[in-house]
Order: sequence, then structure tokens, then C-alpha cells
Amino acid sequence: GGAVVHTSMFAVLKEKVGQVVVPGDEFCFDAENTISLSESAKPDRAVCGPGLRRTGDRLVVMKSGVLRHKPPLTFWIESQQKRYVATKGETVIGIVTARGGDIFRVDFGGSELASLSYLAFEGATKRNRPNVQVGDLVFAQFLIANKDMEPELVCIDGSGRANGMGVFGPGGLLIKVSLGLVRRLLAPKSDIRSDLEQLFPCELVVGMNGRVWVRASSVQQTLIVANLLQSCDTMTTQQRQQLFKKVQQGAL
Amino acid sequence: MEVSAPLNVSLREFGCEQSLLSRPDGSASFVQGDSSVMAGVYGPAEVKVSKEIYDRATLEVLVQPKVGLPSVRERSQEQCLRETCEAALLLALHPRSSLTLVLQVLHDDGSLLSCCLNAACMALMDAGLPMSCLFCGVTCAISADGQIITDPTAAQEKDSRALMTFAIDSRERKVMMSSTKGSFSVGELQQCVAVSQRASEKVFQFYRDSVRRRHSKSL
Repeated sequence: GGAVVHTSMFAVLKEKVGQVVVPGDEFCFDAENTISLSESAKPDRAVCGPGLRRTGDRLVVMKSGVLRHKPPLTFWIESQQKRYVATKGETVIGIVTARGGDIFRVDFGGSELASLSYLAFEGATKRNRPNVQVGDLVFAQFLIANKDMEPELVCIDGSGRANGMGVFGPGGLLIKVSLGLVRRLLAPKSDIRSDLEQLFPCELVVGMNGRVWVRASSVQQTLIVANLLQSCDTMTTQQRQQLFKKVQQGAL
Repeated sequence: MEVSAPLNVSLREFGCEQSLLSRPDGSASFVQGDSSVMAGVYGPAEVKVSKEIYDRATLEVLVQPKVGLPSVRERSQEQCLRETCEAALLLALHPRSSLTLVLQVLHDDGSLLSCCLNAACMALMDAGLPMSCLFCGVTCAISADGQIITDPTAAQEKDSRALMTFAIDSRERKVMMSSTKGSFSVGELQQCVAVSQRASEKVFQFYRDSVRRRHSKSL
């Protein structure tokens, strides 16, 4: 959410950008700095991203990680995590665990099962039910995801179109990676994605809950891509590029 | 009886490693001298309906001793750890979820409870659970001749007349939990608290350095 931040706290926050912070670090509001004739008294409105929390007129760090800044006013903590917490609007890969009544129960790796309605697919009506069985994989986005309510998934966007979401076809392999790797894969100019493109032609679906679905032209290539993704989680850029080069030369 | 507090608090060598286990969501191992504890954190995960709390997360702590089955001593250690962690974690952000903290004692050479506290804090940080502050554990022993020894070994603990463990928080250096054994006066207690607060500075600096090293790849 937004937090009204006075210009002096803003200056202190900016100094710490790119540094590692730990839970409990505070960005305090210094009362003396506001009484200044040269500075304008207009407060800046800073946006707190994940890992930051506002208490009163201070910003407190909740998770350990690197403080990042996106101009003009967005601050967040980039942390390394394995467990996913449902957030509205994010697309995830879920496994259908049960069907009952008018809904499917989907496991996305969070603390409870999400519900996915039969009618939340493109072109689905009460007579024309989607062809989804228990154990299928679905790519869906969160319609409702907060700490107080049961999470709800849908496979259509606001205008009723699938937009790439829905049930997965046969074949392919589902692997579990860390949330940091998922963010790096989904970044606009991703190094890992461009390195992978040069390797084999393959289909890749990335869910923000740390699950990645891979399908290449043969089973062996699918396994190679899956193993590469799982191992480059903890590697630096140079190590990763060396590994990809070795695979390209057919050593593995 | 006069108790002399050391001017420089001396703690044994620290060592710590994060994310060493692949299955838990967060894990850490903490070494103090020869005492070593490994911690694993799971959560926020599904919780049984009988154990769920409607407005906050349910925290379970399990301490496994090096040899044998957990007994009453482990249960009291679990109680101390649970109280400290519940005060430091923001449990209200994950209602009707469960957080599980499992600790395995690898070697006990004194100051075991504070080693468990330190390992627990590093594991909770590694799992990315939202916390309002960090905490650390410091153990003080009062020897038979009145010396305050911080971070005692098992031999020093056996010869002491009082043994105290405090959990100190990182924001205001206040005492979050205290567990004491033996006989001591109020003045001695206050001196030990002051000594522990001074010692906690070193531990928190060590936490910062470990976290910095861990995130150095992405900097």
C-alpha cells in the first residue's frame, strides 16, 4: 500500500538501496528536518512493496534481503524464498486434487487449496463443461487471494478470454524451483531465457508459485532442460553460462 | 556477594550456514564453539482444523536431542523457543496456517538453549517469514567464585552456581525470554542482563554479515 513519507525519510531510504537489510531495520522520521525553509514541506508518497511495512510514520523491514528501488517512488525487498504465498493477479500452475459441486479444488503449494469454478474457463457454460480431470495441471490466475479468505482461481481474464490460461496438454514435466529463479525467468530481458532459447526448442510455462512446466521434442531433451533449470538456481551468471556451453557441445 | 562483570564480553567462535537442507522452506545451522544445532522451518502450510487459530498462524516447535527420544527437558526448551518466536514473528499475516520449526542438536558443549535460539532465528530469516525484529540467545554462568562467564562450555556450566539464558531482541535490546537455573541475587541478575545485552551486539553483527554474504551473489 501507499505510505506518506516525508522527504527526509526518502533521502535515508535511497541511501540504503542496493544494500542488504534485516528484519527490524527502521527508516525513521527525523522531526528536525521538516522545519527547513529551503525544502518544500510537501510530503512524498512512497509505495511499499513486498517485505516492507508501515507502522505509524516509520517504514519497517519484515524480511531479510536487498533493498531495491524503482523510480520514482517504489521500494521493495528482494528476498530468496521457496514457499509461495497467494497474491491477487499472479498466474500459477496448480494441480487439480478434487472435483465437487460446481468447483475444482486446486493445489498451488500454499497453505490451503484454492477453488476453481467450472464456469471460469473460456467458452464454458452449464451444459458445456470443461474437460478437466483430477490430477490435471491448470494455468490460472488468482481472482481472490488475501490472508482472510479462501483463495479463488480463474482461467479467464477480465474480458472472458483464456489469454494462455487453462488446462495443460499431455506430456511435459513439472519441476519445482525457488521463487527467485521464477522472477528471473519472467523478467523482461531475461538472461536465462535467452540462453535456453539457443539450446533446444522447448515449451516453457512459468508459474509464479515456483512451478515450471517444460516440454521439448524428446524425453531426453525435456529432462536436460529440467535439470538445467533446477541447477542454475544457485549458480552465478558465469557458472551458468559455462554449464550451458558444456551442454551445447554435447558433453552431458 | 560481589560479582565481577567482565569488561569485554568474550564469546566463542561463531559459525553459521543457511539454506543447507533442500526439503524445508528455510534451514540454518549454528555453531558456537563446539555446540552445534541445525534448524529447519516449514511454512506457511496447511494446518489441522483442531489446531488452527482464526486470526494468526499456529507455531509448532520440535527439539530433537542428539541421543534418545525427546523428554521433559526438550519440552521446556520448546516452550522457551516458541514464546520467543511468537513474539518476533508477525503471525497475524498468515491466519489459519501452520509454521513448524524443527531443531536437531548435533553436539552439546554448553549454551545449548542460546545456540538453539540463534539457529531458529537464522532459519526463520532464511524461510522468508515476516518478522518484526531479530532475536539472539546469550547464556551467562556465575561461577563459584563470583565471575560472570558468557557463553560457557559444558565444563564451566557444571562448575557454576547459577546458569541463565536470555533471548534479546534486535530493536531495543530488551529481554524477550529468560530461563534461569541455580541461586543468585537480584543484583547479579541485573548484571548478567547487562552483560548479555552487550554480547548480543556481536551476535547481531554476525547475523548481518552472514545475510550479506548469502545475498552477495545477487548484489
